[in-house]
Amino acid sequence: MPETTYILAVLAITFSITFALRAAPFAVLGTLQESTLVEELSRWMPVGVLGILAVTAFRGSVVGLPGTAIYAVPALAVTIAVHLLCGRRTLLSVTLGTATFVSLVNLL
Amino acid sequence: MPESAQLTACGAIVAPVGRRAKVLAGITDSFSAGLGIFPFGIALGLLVMQLGLPWWVAPALSLSAFAGSLELLLVGMIATVEPLAAVAITVFVVNFRHVFYAFSFPRHLVRNRFARLYATYAMIDEVYAVNAALPKSHQSAARILAMQVACEIYWVGGGLVGVLIASLLLGPIKGLEFALCTLFTVLALDAFRSRRQIPSVMLAGASIAIALVVAPGVALFVAMLIFVGLLLVRYAIDRHHTGRSESA
Repeated sequence: MPETTYILAVLAITFSITFALRAAPFAVLGTLQESTLVEELSRWMPVGVLGILAVTAFRGSVVGLPGTAIYAVPALAVTIAVHLLCGRRTLLSVTLGTATFVSLVNLL
Repeated sequence: MPESAQLTACGAIVAPVGRRAKVLAGITDSFSAGLGIFPFGIALGLLVMQLGLPWWVAPALSLSAFAGSLELLLVGMIATVEPLAAVAITVFVVNFRHVFYAFSFPRHLVRNRFARLYATYAMIDEVYAVNAALPKSHQSAARILAMQVACEIYWVGGGLVGVLIASLLLGPIKGLEFALCTLFTVLALDAFRSRRQIPSVMLAGASIAIALVVAPGVALFVAMLIFVGLLLVRYAIDRHHTGRSESA
């Protein structure tokens, strides 16, 4: 059982490093705001970063529940189909896709 | 696809006007993210109790880190009393991706100094992702902050619910974390606005493929590094080409 002081130290370290990582680039960017590099990166990055997050989240779900990859693929297909066919309503697509996965995992 | 058609497809042609409408839009944005965050919070609370840590570790971690995957890792590290240096390195590696968000997170919209500090502290994956998928005209300080506060409430609230469930010995719902995967997928679809994005998608695909093979344990971190590296190469090649065509 860890001591309270140890837990508090972990919390302090976590807060400082996380905040510094989130804040530091803005300080540097202040001087780069006009640069074409930053402009291009801000245009190119979002779709790629979101794709990478999607893949790692997919992997996280499947690794966390071994043997569920066969359920995750159709659930993801439902998510994409609902999103493209039902007017890109995020909450609807996320709800139906997740419900598909949860039902398959728990009922089959 | 023309921009106007895209906006119609999103179901929101007009950008929200007025503070109230913007805050409401931010809270609405948070719902889809909340579906992923809240169960994640529950998982955190359950894990804290399962490992025999004091209940307040769940909300305290959520407030100090405010980053899902990292918190689950840290709970395990606290339970086994890992050295603080190992904790520091883990936090640095797992959260390093946030460095790249600054390039395309519209923090400059937030004028108030304290609100800006909060917006920086609360720049989590989900908030970055939802904002990145919004058209520029729809982004605003009130909308960003409202979503951030809502997400933090889901996180801390989810953790407390997890603690409660663990003390009542109820089982969690398996597979709910899949909501995060569906959310990021849907947002990636929305961010894919034109054919001009195809190179970015291909570079991101290559990055994550390499990362999963080379370093599956820290795939997110490695993929981000490779992706940004590839974008820098792309930028250099683009410049080289435009430089040549101008001089020709």
